[in-house]
Amino acid sequence: MAEVSLQGVTKTFGGETALDNVTMTVPDGSFVVLLGPTGAGKTTTLRMVSGLDKPDAGKVMIGGIDMAGLTPAQRDVTMVFQQYSLYPHLTVRQNLEFPLKSPILRTPQNVINQKVGEVAEILQISHKLDNKATALSGGEMQRVSIGRALVRQPSVYLMDEPLSSLDAKLRSDLRVELKNIQANSGATLLYVTHDQIEAMTMATHVGVLDHGQLTQFGTPREIYENPVSVYAASRLGQPRMNILPAHLFGDAPAGARDVGLRPEHIVQGEGEDSTVTRVERLGDQTRLHLVYKDHVIITVTDAHTELSGGDIVKIRPNNPYYFDADGARVA
Amino acid sequence: MAQIHIEKVRKDFGAFTAVQSSTFTIEDGEFFMLLGPSGCGKTTTLRMMAGLELPTSGEIYIDGEEVGMKPASQRDIAFVFQMFALYPHLNVGKNISYPLISQGMPKVQAKKKVSEIAEILGITDILNRPIGGLSGGDRQRVALGRAIVRDPKAFFMDEPLGALDAEFREHMSEELRALHNRMNATTVYVTHDQLEAMQMGDKIVVMNHGVVEQFGVPQDIYDWPATKFVAQFIGSPPMNFLDFHGMLAPSEIKVRFGEAEFDIPKTLDGANGNLTFGVRPEHVKLDDSAKYRGEVSAVEYLGTTQIITLETANGSVKARVASSDNVQVGERTGLKFDSRTVSIFNGETGHVLRSEANQEVLNYG
Repeated sequence: MAEVSLQGVTKTFGGETALDNVTMTVPDGSFVVLLGPTGAGKTTTLRMVSGLDKPDAGKVMIGGIDMAGLTPAQRDVTMVFQQYSLYPHLTVRQNLEFPLKSPILRTPQNVINQKVGEVAEILQISHKLDNKATALSGGEMQRVSIGRALVRQPSVYLMDEPLSSLDAKLRSDLRVELKNIQANSGATLLYVTHDQIEAMTMATHVGVLDHGQLTQFGTPREIYENPVSVYAASRLGQPRMNILPAHLFGDAPAGARDVGLRPEHIVQGEGEDSTVTRVERLGDQTRLHLVYKDHVIITVTDAHTELSGGDIVKIRPNNPYYFDADGARVA
Repeated sequence: MAQIHIEKVRKDFGAFTAVQSSTFTIEDGEFFMLLGPSGCGKTTTLRMMAGLELPTSGEIYIDGEEVGMKPASQRDIAFVFQMFALYPHLNVGKNISYPLISQGMPKVQAKKKVSEIAEILGITDILNRPIGGLSGGDRQRVALGRAIVRDPKAFFMDEPLGALDAEFREHMSEELRALHNRMNATTVYVTHDQLEAMQMGDKIVVMNHGVVEQFGVPQDIYDWPATKFVAQFIGSPPMNFLDFHGMLAPSEIKVRFGEAEFDIPKTLDGANGNLTFGVRPEHVKLDDSAKYRGEVSAVEYLGTTQIITLETANGSVKARVASSDNVQVGERTGLKFDSRTVSIFNGETGHVLRSEANQEVLNYG
């Protein structure tokens, strides 16, 4: 268990800046999710911490110790990759045991058995323990590769989109499980994803990355309810925030160019007339696509609404966010 | 544009039955989703409609004409695959015009047609660009253009957005749906993503193990699933199941388990034995005064709402509640279920019992 801290970490590949002066502290025992689209620098950050890549400038500290010059093995971290890599000639059980059989650890066999059994149960692969690793589906192989990280107790777990190749049901089970494992063991976990549901449901803290810069770091609730920029606001929330000209609904604070309205922050039945263009039924909720003064606005409404295309709905903003021309929050 | 009807279609691959006796109708101009997990037979069904596989038995009608044994080239349909295959040595415009030129359409006419299509897809400015430098989205648009340009009777799409990342998929699915609304072409679309199916489809067929589980309008299927499989596959999180043992007479309006009594929509079927009480997470309310109890085991924040997992005597239950409600792991509380929305399933067969609430939906299709 350890705190991880990055101080002014910068990394370029050729002419491309992958990380630009990133400073961030992952508190001991926290579950930090790095969120951003492809190319934001999420995976590069993980690789800096693991020691698979070296920063051009800045420092990586784990548990207060500067990691400069230390190899991945010396750092006591374990990493789960997006692309699973298993030993194809070994069974699932042997793959899971492998990290514990390291000569440095000298784990007794009964402890190994117990640990492997527990992890297999959590990951729902107990019935496949004696299968060859190659005789598994993609989702099962990925679970074994997560399992191989979980049998150890490193100071820090690093995970790079470990759930993205699994189907929806398993993904939602494993979200809860990973969160429980982390919370109960008190492990520090740094996790990369572009899936906002994973970020919101599992993280104690979310780091929003944009082109190699850390733009916001806070609890999921802080980022959802109090985003610092259009970019951060757009990362969380489905459907995403509506970004509209600041003066569309009347007065706006000085310097504001855009107003951001989350779909649930549009009151229906009061205010100005808008036209329904499409009604999208998702089961538990229905999305309304509205047009107001030539702008498309998406909001959510009761699942069984009787509205249909062409109807008029009155709308009024509630709790709007204002952003300046650079996308920074002004109010 | 066309109506498509399939009647008792079956497909065997050796000893394995991929599709067992499917029957459904796709109306002219519909955006129709074939939904199910991998291996359920949805792609095989689509390939049979397209003429890329021949059915073992059964009939396929396009506009009233039986085409089951006709090759794909004689069915006048266009297919868009998950992996868009474009000609790498041709530019965007030539990729789109290829199907026209190969049919012998004069160049001038083909060019006019291509520019119309490019306009619809918003790719006019890249018509002269080589395929090599295009983004994933533009490639997908070109692949669509090549399908649309022939004015086929129907479009068949096999997970066309499957390879894209979440944010971009959302954007492309809106674009596809808007395109469909402009052109009104019959579209059959295969996906394993229930949200995509709900969001885009006019109708959905849910398949599992080669069997059509349910067929109908997305909201109806969501509200009144015909089987436990459909109830679990559609919705995120899926419908909650509380297993209990009991006897239900026809015209029953209550069930009893775990010391509590629950109102249900009036039943039409009776049942005896293992039963399952099904309720969607948004219809579960936490209320300390309720008799039926549970302990909170997980809280997942989702912005406006949060998902609360509770352990009860009949299994775990998820509730979707406002994120402003303060709920802590370890708390014990009561649960209330919205009685108007409850489905009761036969625990053995997985089929729902007919009630006054769901009979209309179940009679469909």
